[in-house]
Amino acid sequence: MLTYILRRIMGMIPTLFVVSIVTFVIIQLPPGDFMTSLQAEIAATGGGQDAKTVEALRQRYGLDRPMYVQYLKWISGFPRGDFGYSLEWNAPVWDLIAGRLAFTILLGGLALIFMWVVSIPIGVYSATHQYTLGDNLFTFLGFAGLSVPDFLLALIYMVIATLSLGMSASGLYSAGMEDAPWSMARFLDLLNHLWAPVLILGLAGTAELIRIMRGNMLDVLGQQFITTARAKGLKERLVINKYAVRVAINPLISVLGMQIPKMISSSIIIGVVLSIPTIGPMFLRALITQDMYLAGSLLLFMTILLLIGNLLADIVLAWADPRIRYE
Amino acid sequence: MKNLKEQSAALQSLYQQEKEVEVEEITAPQVWEAKESPYAASQWQLTWRKFKRNRVAIVGGSVILMFYLSALFANFLAPYTLDVRLTQYSYMPPQAVHFINEGKLQPFVYGITGARDPETLRKIYETDTSEKIPIRFFVKGESYELLGLFPMDIHLFGVEEGPICLLGTDGQGRDMLSRVLMGSQISLSVGLVGVFLSLFIGAVLGVASGYYGGWMDNLIQRTIEVIRAFPAIPLWMALTAALPPHWPPLRVYFTITVILSLIGWTWLARQLRGKVLALREEDFVMAARLVGASDVWVIFRHLIPATFSHIVVIATLSMPAMILAESALSFLGLGIRPPLTSWGVLLKEAQNIQTLILYPWLLIPGVFVAAAILAFNFMGDGLRDAADPYTV
Repeated sequence: MLTYILRRIMGMIPTLFVVSIVTFVIIQLPPGDFMTSLQAEIAATGGGQDAKTVEALRQRYGLDRPMYVQYLKWISGFPRGDFGYSLEWNAPVWDLIAGRLAFTILLGGLALIFMWVVSIPIGVYSATHQYTLGDNLFTFLGFAGLSVPDFLLALIYMVIATLSLGMSASGLYSAGMEDAPWSMARFLDLLNHLWAPVLILGLAGTAELIRIMRGNMLDVLGQQFITTARAKGLKERLVINKYAVRVAINPLISVLGMQIPKMISSSIIIGVVLSIPTIGPMFLRALITQDMYLAGSLLLFMTILLLIGNLLADIVLAWADPRIRYE
Repeated sequence: MKNLKEQSAALQSLYQQEKEVEVEEITAPQVWEAKESPYAASQWQLTWRKFKRNRVAIVGGSVILMFYLSALFANFLAPYTLDVRLTQYSYMPPQAVHFINEGKLQPFVYGITGARDPETLRKIYETDTSEKIPIRFFVKGESYELLGLFPMDIHLFGVEEGPICLLGTDGQGRDMLSRVLMGSQISLSVGLVGVFLSLFIGAVLGVASGYYGGWMDNLIQRTIEVIRAFPAIPLWMALTAALPPHWPPLRVYFTITVILSLIGWTWLARQLRGKVLALREEDFVMAARLVGASDVWVIFRHLIPATFSHIVVIATLSMPAMILAESALSFLGLGIRPPLTSWGVLLKEAQNIQTLILYPWLLIPGVFVAAAILAFNFMGDGLRDAADPYTV
């Protein structure tokens, strides 16, 4: 098992290397650089900067060097935990993104827990009550959950929250709570703002997992060991919970790996709409202003998150399903 | 053997049941085949028959057909063109249609008068029940080109005077219904074009990867791995953000479809490779090669047709992802740009919570996005079940 994990991690390194090159090239694709977009912004507000200052700034930040030099400069800092310097924020990239990255992972983790806690019982219920009213209802809800775009859900939530709950739905805290010291009231306020993003983030995945769980359960319930378990007189509840669910859950874990990229994508959009501090709003802004080290590092970190998530899913699967051998 | 006979008997009885409906579809050579063996229907007939029995899938398919037809004739169906601004009627709520006028079937809308709130300077509208504006059909209106070819000025419905905005108007007084209809042209065609492109790349590379193996397989698979290492939306965002702002909208539109399919093809290529790896060892491929068929012939004549049902299913199921991606990107301001209009572009205007609370009908384009995706999911699911030869 340990050698398998090590081998997988070693296998990730060349992928990450190629990914970092691709990332850098993509980030450099737009014509011009940060200075061009800065100039445009200053010009739009009526100011002006003479060409000399701009050239000097370019030189200072190395923007005039060829692309491969800039790339080497960027990746050579990685071992030291230096991911470049954000030109817009005037701060090292890592200091800017660490908190947001942690929050994104927290949000994603909570959404994953939500997805599993909700979808497994519903999937089991649907399979054991196939074609009943409840099953059909959940199937329909599942399809609906898959079909409503996440940003639309977030918008609808904002309208409802503002109109009927009377709270400001954007951000993580109510006005006035933002800078308050930690207290029970502030924590409750945070929870009050956190449940909805988690729910919105988890909804599409929940719908998908319900359908997979239902299908798996139906397959497993038709198998002979279930008949045997019933034939020897086990209680139905035991048959379902101990035998059927245990087997039907495995494919769900392998889907876990596929959920992670979707969650990262969703967390970006939801972050922008609800203005909560995921990496989304910062990434969008960095792309628009061509703040290349920031945008590049964010894209790279999302990719790393995805790869680690996939690895974790595989490890969990190996641990949960003793039939899988990695030798 | 016995099992096979049973199955064939079951199929035959099914065939008898549905024969009446099918009569016109059975062509002469199949009748001849039917004489040879007790029952023979092509894979497509079987698939269609199974699909037809799935009512939800049929509903989904009809909705999609309706969506695409209305996108095709959007100019005719919409009462206004894209750039008509009813300047007096900005942010007007949707008007209700009434069908019965004094006991007669005569659809009409009530007149609307706008005034400004003296305190907030907001526009407020009041329905004027004394004024009934009858809805006329096939009225002359703004001129347009039907299907981009025929100059016309007849619209399906309209009014002689006053506004008719069944879904309300936006901040510039543009009719939402017209904009939604026009937007569907972009939103739905991005899915279609994008899926075709990714099908093409995915089918060719996937089949080649499975068929040739060796270094080509290796190269293609490693490429797919790198692309798939990126989460989709951030990668799309980074790529579309790179489009120069001075590009004409039409070029942006095509580039975006290409960008969307650049990621979409990997999924299909993986699946087809697996299929082809299995098919490669089948006797019919061996036979084709023995009689001297070229690789291209084997791929296009034998392997792609053999995996075709699979391709169709994947295409249908990947359509929603494309439509969603386009609307999400446009919503973030990185996708389609005005003056082109898509559902995502329309929803971008609904991004501001203050506007949204005052004018909730700006969210209506989202309902269309959700409906299209739901319909595609239903149809794709039905197709998948129908194309699976191991279920009856």
